[in-house]
Amino acid sequence: MPDDRHSPRRRNWLHLIAAGGPVVGLVLVCLLFGILRFRTFVSIDNLAIVLEQTAVIGIAALGMTLVIIIGGIDLAVGSVIALGTVVVAVLLQHGWPPVAAAVGGIAASALCGAFSGLLITRLRLLPFVVTLGMMGMLRGAAKLISQEQPIYPDDTWLNLLMKIGAHGAPPIGVWLFLALAVLAAAVLRFTRFGRHVFAVGSSEQTARLCGVPVERVKLWVYVIGAASGGVAAVLQFAYLTGGDPTTASGYELNVIAAVVIGGASLSGGQGTIAGTVVGALIMSVVANGCTKLGLENAVQEIVTGAIIIAAVLLDYVRRRGI
Amino acid sequence: MSGITPPRLRLSGIARRFGATVALDGVDLTVNPGEVHALVGENGAGKSTLMRILSGALIADAGAMELDGRSYAPRSPQEARTAGIGMVNQELAIARHLSVAENIVLGAEPMRRGLLDAVEARRRAAAALNELGRPDIPLQAPAGRLSVAELQLVEIARAVALGCRIIVLDEPTSSLTRADGENLFRLVRRMRDRGTSIIYISHFLEEVQALTDRYTVLRDGVSVATGLTAGVNPGDLARLMVGRPVSDLYVRSARQPGDVVLAVRDVAGARRPVSASFDLRRGEVLGIAGLIGAGRSELLRTIFGLDAVRSGSVRLGVHAGPASPAVRWKQGAGFLSEDRKEEGLALDLSLADNLTLPRLGWRVHPRGLAIEAAGWLDRLGVRCSGPQQRVGELSGGNQQKIALARLLRNGADVLLLDEPTRGVDIGAKQNIYRLVDELAMAGKAVLMVSSYLPELLGTCDRIAVMCRGVLGPARPVSDWTEHAIMLAATGTAA
Repeated sequence: MPDDRHSPRRRNWLHLIAAGGPVVGLVLVCLLFGILRFRTFVSIDNLAIVLEQTAVIGIAALGMTLVIIIGGIDLAVGSVIALGTVVVAVLLQHGWPPVAAAVGGIAASALCGAFSGLLITRLRLLPFVVTLGMMGMLRGAAKLISQEQPIYPDDTWLNLLMKIGAHGAPPIGVWLFLALAVLAAAVLRFTRFGRHVFAVGSSEQTARLCGVPVERVKLWVYVIGAASGGVAAVLQFAYLTGGDPTTASGYELNVIAAVVIGGASLSGGQGTIAGTVVGALIMSVVANGCTKLGLENAVQEIVTGAIIIAAVLLDYVRRRGI
Repeated sequence: MSGITPPRLRLSGIARRFGATVALDGVDLTVNPGEVHALVGENGAGKSTLMRILSGALIADAGAMELDGRSYAPRSPQEARTAGIGMVNQELAIARHLSVAENIVLGAEPMRRGLLDAVEARRRAAAALNELGRPDIPLQAPAGRLSVAELQLVEIARAVALGCRIIVLDEPTSSLTRADGENLFRLVRRMRDRGTSIIYISHFLEEVQALTDRYTVLRDGVSVATGLTAGVNPGDLARLMVGRPVSDLYVRSARQPGDVVLAVRDVAGARRPVSASFDLRRGEVLGIAGLIGAGRSELLRTIFGLDAVRSGSVRLGVHAGPASPAVRWKQGAGFLSEDRKEEGLALDLSLADNLTLPRLGWRVHPRGLAIEAAGWLDRLGVRCSGPQQRVGELSGGNQQKIALARLLRNGADVLLLDEPTRGVDIGAKQNIYRLVDELAMAGKAVLMVSSYLPELLGTCDRIAVMCRGVLGPARPVSDWTEHAIMLAATGTAA
């Protein structure tokens, strides 16, 4: 069926922006803040700060990209991060070595994902409802474990993960984010599992007909999504230098926003890691720029919300060609 | 009335392009009051585009439309409905959670002082159903509880309630059983006798022959012929549609069946099939006929592991016992779904992805897969821009070629084909028959379910008929006639 996609009359500036996708958006917001606050916004130190602010949301968004590509959603990721920081802190307090504590935090998060995934695949419950329930349960569990108090264990090298280096060198956490992004992109593009993820998101029935183990793929995606929340939790722990059951509240929406700004479709089947990385950067550039402009939090929230809607709109223009 | 009555509808020189694609390039269509007018043409000939223009969903680039002698140029579907043109699409537009009455007055709800007038709504709905001779359909029932045939009737009633003078039926029998189809024909004749004009779009030329008064043939966006249906036969129409003779539509070379590759014994599924046994040999095409709901699709799905086996045995080559679809692919079987859009293909994925999905190595090389896919596209003559194109952008016939190519690419020796020519035009059908014949000659085994009897009789070596979940014996095609198959399918066999 032919459609209006190629109609030349309808090409305009909107299409130019849309064709470039989220990268154009990132360049635009950087230019905007660069012009308005050249001295404070455009500096090596500030770049490092922006990247540092991106790392936690960004890593969680990598896993969320897979979850959204299969047509699912994970609302529990903010609570997973909070629980993760608490688990790491408690394990350190019990004298675990830093590596073991970090791995323990990530494993605990992955288990939470496995639980959600089992409910979704075995009992065929809706991901939205399951993860909404998990969001509350895990937040509560984090508070129980920590007795509703932040836990600050003795200083270890874990805290260095989010420390900005000399001359504004980005913290290790940022490099970890970029490395994981490359890994995730490669998995999606160059492995059978990656092809299966797109197939399940595009049409579950077709995937089943083609012999794709649909339930197993979904389960693994929820485990990966929560595990990436666990890695984000380790960085959040490093940033806070402690475990806090109330941290990362509302992060799930920022994470989902980063993925959606990056061009993924909430109906599944579409999304890219590169888009998600850029989406996460847009979110933190806007937050940082608004602070530099001295805008209050309320304005920041309005701007971020508007960007989410604009991103979806541009995506619509690109795909449908209104 | 004095003088010459103008036709109900006159379209002249309708043209419409989409970017560089010319969809319609000068279509003339004249429909008289109280006439059933067939609109036929291959997929992509422009029927849908023309009907979208008629119903206000699209605006023509050129040409004129007249309704009862007055200029007609709808700017929206709402305007078209108000002017008296009702569409009943192949995909029914029914709100399943609303009641029958609410569905019938949907979009034209009677109001009183700004509030819905439920009494008047029910009255209008009842009047419409009454006019269609079906006052038995319960007005208050949720539409979701009705059968497909009844839902279609509700949609027609919606057009009747609006007082539509022209009703367009797009492939109305494609999802109906034969009996429901007969009822629909009676209904169409009844409406015609009351002066309503019907534009009837169908791929089934026998149906066109039986039901319509006049016909118009579209080919490549141009109306190439029009006339009285009584003056032509289905062969003529098919020739006009494709622009070449289609005498050798069906292909069946002299085949030599070999070893048994699929042995099915007393297989039963959750509800359907109830009992099925047969042997399928290399180098043969075995057809399965039956009514919709008889359990033919379920039989294929059970064999392929998409539905659970309750009892009985399936032996595929040297492998015995039930298996998952993943294992069946490995064992050399392939399944083609009757529901191409929902199950057969992932429309948002590329051609390459759709082709290669069943068998991928642990590591994937996107470029290598694209090159491999390009080879298959070439071999089957798929019209597309390249292996990275989205499958959803192809025409129905080309999509079906992709679905078939998937079986070949993944090394299927036993092909389970469920309605392989559904919704494809006559040119693509011919290609599919040729391919099936080539495959059988190459020693592959084909099990083919179809609701279209001439196709089964023309391409299969043996045919078995399924009735209420029970599969009858497979007999050579020379033992069967359409009549005999229908008797067996309806359980009235002697």
